[in-house]
Amino acid sequence: MRWTKYLIWLAAAGAFYALTLALSGAGFISRFMLMTMVQICIYIIMALGLNLITGFTGQLSIGHAGFMSIGAYAAGFLASTYGGRVSAALTEALGGAGGAAVYYIFILATLAAGAFVAAAFGVLLGLPTLRLRGDYLAIATIGFGEIVRIVLLNTKALGASSGLPVKNSVGWTTAYWLMLLSVVLIYNFVNSSHGRACISIRENEIAAETMGINTTKYKVMAFALGAGLAGLAGGIYANHMYLIHPNSFNFLKSFEILVMVVLGGLGSITGCILGAVVMTVMNNALSAFPEMRMIVISVLLVVMMIFRPNGLMGTTELRLPFRRKAAGGKEDVTHGL
Amino acid sequence: MNPRKNGILCLLLVLMCGVLVLSGCGGGGAATPPATPPAGGSDEPAAGEPINVGLNLELTGSSAEFGLSGQNGMKLAFDKVNAEGGVLDGRMFNYIPADNKSEAGEATSATTRLVGENVVAILGPMTTAAVLGSIQLVTDNNIVLITPSGTNARLTVNEDGTLNPWIFRACFIDPFQGEVAANFAMDVLGAETAAIAYDIVGDYSGGLAASFKQTFEAAGKTVVREEQFSAGDTDFRPIIENIKTAGPDVIFVPAYYTDDGRFVLQARDAEVTVPILGGDGWGSGDMVGIAGAENMNNTFYVDFVYMDDPSLQDFVSEYQAAYNRAPDGFSVLGYESAMMLVEAVKNAGGTDPEALRSALENLGEFTGISGTMTFDPETHNPAKTAVILESVDGVKEFKQIVEPK
Repeated sequence: MRWTKYLIWLAAAGAFYALTLALSGAGFISRFMLMTMVQICIYIIMALGLNLITGFTGQLSIGHAGFMSIGAYAAGFLASTYGGRVSAALTEALGGAGGAAVYYIFILATLAAGAFVAAAFGVLLGLPTLRLRGDYLAIATIGFGEIVRIVLLNTKALGASSGLPVKNSVGWTTAYWLMLLSVVLIYNFVNSSHGRACISIRENEIAAETMGINTTKYKVMAFALGAGLAGLAGGIYANHMYLIHPNSFNFLKSFEILVMVVLGGLGSITGCILGAVVMTVMNNALSAFPEMRMIVISVLLVVMMIFRPNGLMGTTELRLPFRRKAAGGKEDVTHGL
Repeated sequence: MNPRKNGILCLLLVLMCGVLVLSGCGGGGAATPPATPPAGGSDEPAAGEPINVGLNLELTGSSAEFGLSGQNGMKLAFDKVNAEGGVLDGRMFNYIPADNKSEAGEATSATTRLVGENVVAILGPMTTAAVLGSIQLVTDNNIVLITPSGTNARLTVNEDGTLNPWIFRACFIDPFQGEVAANFAMDVLGAETAAIAYDIVGDYSGGLAASFKQTFEAAGKTVVREEQFSAGDTDFRPIIENIKTAGPDVIFVPAYYTDDGRFVLQARDAEVTVPILGGDGWGSGDMVGIAGAENMNNTFYVDFVYMDDPSLQDFVSEYQAAYNRAPDGFSVLGYESAMMLVEAVKNAGGTDPEALRSALENLGEFTGISGTMTFDPETHNPAKTAVILESVDGVKEFKQIVEPK
């Protein structure tokens, strides 16, 4: 049963991917739309990570762009410093096509490195600060995000204030499949015993502790995983956007991600995906009307908070109608996907 | 109403909004005729077909004032050319604005969108980081980019000395400004010693400080004190005390108006009366409002243009009539970059990318509204005049015009 479900999802994902390739090949998807789609993937990964921290574990974090910039700079630095030499050496050793294929693996390795470094910083930051609660933690994470930005602004080796140019070597294919991988990762984590421990912390920290859950451990675990995903998203961003600049990862970016998660519904995976899609599409579609953009998005948020304070999805998940019966007796924590 | 139904309704509402936005966007794209001719047709689009120009500008965000001024200047130039019947037998300029939110990543997005709209040229962005985010894209797609006010030398010539063939600019570069300020300090103010305070965030301020120091010391004068601060600092008194102790003849503070306004205010409060010099970062925004008119006496700064210049008066009155506000240096640069493009399209006899690029590269001597400038095909940098303005009781007064070498 479980494997059939996965296969159906995989087939659906593959079909969607094939459709996008066919459409962009036929010229129906412009370059700007394709870039918007990559950005959507990046923001979905970011929102998934933050949703794990804020939505499922209940820890308010407003420094997510800090982790994104760490991942972006780690991946971007590796790709821009060693990319040229690695590419040249590989082409010499394996010829054009073989070299390019192995070079792609190198780029994926830089993405992994970005995610790993960001996760390490997540642990480093999490250990001392996760003993704080609610708004205290929020302020500590804002501080962290700003520290990262200021340090990057003053680090000459990383381009300081003129930014770090990185070749564009990651496109829609990579972003799309990594995004799906992140969804599967978070879905499985949330439905595991670790995920249940995280949710119990959100629901009532004292009760969870009384039941023998090591709350600090699970909070740090959620923080590290969330930060790692932000780092992965940052790596994709760096390898897709030609240039990374510290000011692209400021407080407002963190806030934008939080808005996506809150808009979609804290504690809902499909919700935060929906939030990321809605926000990114609105942002890019309205770029020709800058004076309208801020107003439309703000009004949308105000209306949302009045009529649906729990976000579009609340804590429920979108699920296909036929799954409702098939779920049977054992209920998923996230009510099926 | 039960919550599930409510949820589905909301979802539908959002999806409908999304579809509306998307279809609006797509409709706009479809309405513009494709710039590339159908296969088998002539290479040159038919006469009368509009020339699409993208304006990638800082319309919102921290540098919005630069972008909006630049955009007004560009629109004024294109509207004027269009009203006079366009170029090349009636081809009109169709400008497409895109907001880069004063941010490098968004500038890349905006450039991507404009590439998708089949523009033949992009004007802007105004600031260095945003231009850097667009260089690879326009190079890959053979689109010329003219930045009105990106003064960083690296934009057109890379650090390894290679030229970015598709990038052009309408302004002088940072090192020139530092030289101008240093020469002014020595020759006009008769300074033997100077102190420098610069902002470490950004290449701009440090670059100006370095070229000032080089020029000043090459002439046998001494820089007695160098101080650093970060953009956004509010308390400059420790720096000012150090400078006061060193006792320089002039102080050079080449940052942006918000920081330098506070610097001047606090320096005058600490009874530092020597002349204070700045760069073009003092030119936009309310420097006098921050520092106070009286404190601004005996301060000088380098700018692109002098607005009371008689040759600019036609532009000033047209601008005033169109937008009901006074133009600044950035509007002049926006106007001039649009005129550069118009001239290049005329010289190229069309919008073939390589012909247009070559026409811009070989523009040579070009007469803009702020004077005559000469473009160097090796660096794509114009040699143009700089002016030094003095603040007298809160009013900018013309002090000196500096010809390029």
